[in-house]
Amino acid sequence: MAGHSESHVHPVSLYTRTLWWLMALLVLTVAAGFIPNVPNWLGVVIALTIAVWKATIVIMNFMHVRFSGKLAWLFAGAGFFWLLIMLAFAFADYVSRPWEPFHGWPE
Amino acid sequence: MATATYTGTEKPNYLNWKTTVASWLLTYDHKRIAILYLVSISIFFLLGGLAAAFIRLDLATPKGDLLTSDIYNKMFTTHGVIMIFLFLIPSIPAVFGNFLLPLMIGARDVAFPRLNLLSWYFFMAGALLVLIALFRGGIDTGWTFYTPYSSSFAKGEVSLAIVGVFLAGFASIFTGINFLVTIHKMRAPGMTWFRLPLFVWAMYATSLIQVLGTPVVAITLLLVAVERTFRIGIFDPNLGGDPILYQHLFWFYSHPAVYIMILPAMGVISEVLSAFSKRRVFGYHFVAFSSLAIAIIGFLVWGHHMFSTGQSMYAGIVFSFLTWIVAIPSAIKIFNWMATIWKGRVHWDTPMLYALGFMGLFVIGGLTGLHLAAMATNVHLTDTYFIVAHFHYVMVGGAIMGYLAALHFWWPKMTGRMYPEGWGKLAAMLVFVGFNLTFFPQFILGYMGMPRRYHSYPEEWAVLNVLSTAGSSVLGFGYLLPVIYLTWSLKYGKVVTERNPWGARGLEWELVDPVPDPHNFERIPIVTRPAYDYAHPEEPTGFVPKPRPVVVGGKDG
Ligand code: HEM
Ligand SMILES: [Cu+2]
Repeated sequence: MAGHSESHVHPVSLYTRTLWWLMALLVLTVAAGFIPNVPNWLGVVIALTIAVWKATIVIMNFMHVRFSGKLAWLFAGAGFFWLLIMLAFAFADYVSRPWEPFHGWPE
Repeated sequence: MATATYTGTEKPNYLNWKTTVASWLLTYDHKRIAILYLVSISIFFLLGGLAAAFIRLDLATPKGDLLTSDIYNKMFTTHGVIMIFLFLIPSIPAVFGNFLLPLMIGARDVAFPRLNLLSWYFFMAGALLVLIALFRGGIDTGWTFYTPYSSSFAKGEVSLAIVGVFLAGFASIFTGINFLVTIHKMRAPGMTWFRLPLFVWAMYATSLIQVLGTPVVAITLLLVAVERTFRIGIFDPNLGGDPILYQHLFWFYSHPAVYIMILPAMGVISEVLSAFSKRRVFGYHFVAFSSLAIAIIGFLVWGHHMFSTGQSMYAGIVFSFLTWIVAIPSAIKIFNWMATIWKGRVHWDTPMLYALGFMGLFVIGGLTGLHLAAMATNVHLTDTYFIVAHFHYVMVGGAIMGYLAALHFWWPKMTGRMYPEGWGKLAAMLVFVGFNLTFFPQFILGYMGMPRRYHSYPEEWAVLNVLSTAGSSVLGFGYLLPVIYLTWSLKYGKVVTERNPWGARGLEWELVDPVPDPHNFERIPIVTRPAYDYAHPEEPTGFVPKPRPVVVGGKDG
C-alpha cells in the first residue's frame, strides 16, 4: 500500500506498479485485437475503455493527482471536460450530416 | 565585464548584475527570459515581414510578375507559419507576460523558473526546424496545413515543419502552465483576485487556452506527419480516414488560438488606457470576467471555419449562433474602455496612440467577423480577400498594436532608457495609416470576389491591389522605425531616473528602481489598494513592510 502517504515522497514501487499495470493493459489491448468475429463498434469500445483505464492510471499515480488538492482535481477534470466538448461538437457534425431539413431535400 | 558576478558601481539590476553569455542563456530570471523571447521573436517578425513584402510586390501587378505561382504559395505559407507560430502566439505572453506577471502580483519569479527557460529552448528548437524546412525548399500548404493536401500530396519538408510547430506548441503550453500556477499561488499578501491588474486576468484566460487547446493541435499535426510517413489512415479517405476531421481538430485549437493572440493585447489596452487617462478601468469586474468568457466560449465556435466544407448544416447553425455570442464579451470590453477614457485627462503619448488605434481597428475586425459568422454571407466571402482583411484587422490592427503599445509603455521599465517620443508618435501614425491603406482595400476586393492565395488576378482589381501594396510599404516603414529607434535608445536614449515615468499605478511601477534588481522585491510588498487607484494619486498600491506591516484598509470596487 504505497499510495496512502500524505507526504510528497512516493516510494519507487508506486512507479513500478504503474509501469506493470500499463504493460499488462497494453498486452490486453493487443490480445483483444486478435479475438475473432468482434464487430467493429465493439472493438472500438474495448480499445477506448482500456485506453481510458490506462490514462487514469497515469494521471492518478504518475501525475500525482491522487495526492493533490482540490484545485489540481479541478484542472485535471477541466482537461477531460474540454476533451468531451471537442468530441461532442465534432461528432454532432458527423451524426447530423445525413439529416434532411424536409423530405426530398436534394443531395 | 569579465567576471560573472557584479562588481560595478551602479546599483545592481537584472541587466547588469551578471553579463556573461552563459548568464543569459542559462538564466532562470523571468525578466531575462522575457528579453530572450523579445530578441528571438523580433527576428522572426522581420523574417515574416520580408515574406509579406514579396507577396505584396508580386500582387502589385495583375500578372504577378515577380514570383511563380509555386514560389508564391511558399511565400504565403512562410509568412503565415512564421507570423502565427513564431511571432504572434509567443508575442505578448512570452515577452510581457514573463516580464510583468511576477512584478505585477508582487512575486520574485514565476512558479517554475526552469520550465520557463525550457520553454524558450523548445521554442527555439521548433523555430530552427521550421526555418530548416523553409530553407530546404520551403512548404506550400498554407499555415493551416489542410489535409488531404498536406498529408497526401504536398512535397517538401512538411513533416519537419510540423515537428517544429509541435515543439513551439509545447513551449506555449509550458508558459501557460507556469502562469496559471503563478497567478494561483504566488500573489503577494493582500493581492486578492479583484485587485489584480486586468493584464493579469487576461494572461490567466490566455493561459487556460494555451493549456487546454495546444495539446490538440500538436497531436493533430503530428498525425499529419504520421500519415505522410507511415501511410496510416487518419485523414486520407483512401486509407479510411476523413479530411474534414482534420479541420475539426485543427480549428478546435486554432480558433481559440486567435484569442491567445488578442486577449493579452486586450490586457495591455486596459493598462495603457487607464494609465494615460488617469482613471480606473470602468467596469473592472466586467472586463475581467469577459476575458474568461472569451476563453471559454471561444472553444465552442470553431466550426465557423468550416461552413463551406460539407460540415452538417445543423452543426453550422449552432456554430454560427455561438460565434455571435462570443462577440459579446469583446464588445463589453470596448464599451468599458470607452467609458474609461470618457472625460479622463487623456495624455497622447505613443503607447496611448497605439491603444486608441487598437480600439478602432479591433472593432472593424470584430464586426466583419460577424459578417463571416452568418452562414449566408459566409458562402460569398469565405476564401476571399475579405477573410484576409478580417483577420489582419484583428491580428495586426489588434494584437500587434497591443504589442507595440506594451513595448513602448514598459520600455523604460525594461531597459532603464526612454525611447524618443517624437519618433514614437511618427511611427504610430505611419503604422495606423499604412495599415488601413494596406488592408481596407482588401475588404472591397474580397467582396468583389478576389480569392485569397492566388498570385495573379484580372486587370480590374489592379487599382485596389496597387493601393494595398503602396500601403504595405508605408506600414513596413512604420514597423522599421521602432526597430531602429528602440535599438538606438538602448545606448543613447534618455536615462530614466524615476521608477514611474508615466505616473501609472501598479506594483511594477513602485519598485525601487527603473530597472528592477535581480530579485524584483527586496521584501514582498503588502497590497492594500485596488488596481488603478488613480483617485488617490499619492498613495501607492502596495508598500514594503518595514519595520512592521500595518494593513490599511482599502475599499475594493
Ligand atoms: C479576436 C480576434 C480574432 C482573430 C485573431 C481572428 C482571426 C481569424 C482568422 C485567422 C481567420 C481565417 C482563417 C483561415 O481561413 O485561414 C478568421 C476567420 C473567421 N473569423 Fe475571425 N478572428 C477574430 C475575431 C473574430 C470574431 C470576433 C469573429 C466573429 C464574431 C470572427 C469570425 C470569423 C469567422 C466566421 C471566420 C471564418 C471565415 C471563413 O473562412 O469562412 N473572428 N478569423
Ligand atoms: Cu475562428
